[in-house]
Amino acid sequence: MTTSKEDQDGTSYTMVVELGKLREFARATKSSNPEYLTAENPVAPTTFLVTSSFWQDAPPRRASGGGSGSGSNGGAREGAGYERMLHGAQEFVFFGEPPRAGTRLSVHSRPGPEYEKTGRRGGVMKFRELITEYRDEKGELVAEAHGTIIETSQAPTGGANT
Amino acid sequence: MSGPGLDELVVGKELDPFIDNPLTVTDFVRYQGASGDMNPAHHDTEFAQRAGFPTPFAVGMLQAGVLATYLTDHFGAANVRRFKVQWKEQAWPGDVLTYAATVVGTREEGGQHLVDLEATVTRQTGGVHLQGWATFVVE
Repeated sequence: MTTSKEDQDGTSYTMVVELGKLREFARATKSSNPEYLTAENPVAPTTFLVTSSFWQDAPPRRASGGGSGSGSNGGAREGAGYERMLHGAQEFVFFGEPPRAGTRLSVHSRPGPEYEKTGRRGGVMKFRELITEYRDEKGELVAEAHGTIIETSQAPTGGANT
Repeated sequence: MSGPGLDELVVGKELDPFIDNPLTVTDFVRYQGASGDMNPAHHDTEFAQRAGFPTPFAVGMLQAGVLATYLTDHFGAANVRRFKVQWKEQAWPGDVLTYAATVVGTREEGGQHLVDLEATVTRQTGGVHLQGWATFVVE
């Protein structure tokens, strides 16, 4: 990991697809697939890239209680409590096979559309999208992630999104 | 790994479902350690209760990851091209989740055969925890 850089266009940082983290992640997602666990040069598990937003060398989000519902692929707003943030949706698009262990990815996240909806119980829900691009050492776009974070005006109760 | 051949993949074909062991907080902790998402609502009971939840609840991205495990076991780890999830109701410790997927389309693009899938992760109550969509290259 290298130091992340924030500017008005978003956040940039470097993510190395580390073999040990890749295998740990595969086991944590209940895989016994040798393509991840024993292959010499495995591809990253499908949802592995979401970890980039947590492992980047950025100021810890925990400090002010900021953070995201449950693995938000970044974009958490400082000061907004975990209890108001929900991870509504997450998408990964790969433009070839997923990156393999050892790949050094240049990552760039930028805010996507924002919109509001009124929930079933009358609370206002703010939807914020975050678009993250992953490029390999040659600068080729290898993957893109789209995360949707929902911020609620009241603490979610049963039946809310995760 | 080579997955099922194109001729086996017809619209409406259902993959054999995967029924996971009951969810545990240990599953959440293990995933949180692996992913770096340390939201305490998934492992700290006092924190979860202060936030208005009866107990810690499941990490949404864990079940998304297990769904991806289920699908890549069928179609091959290197063959995934698109994977999307949308969360519905929360999942809780003790939940028994069923992972299922159906072929909703096959197509050819750029000389490659692709299969489109729709997936669900359902709780033992019948409630849907998450919905998923995926596209794989078929060899």
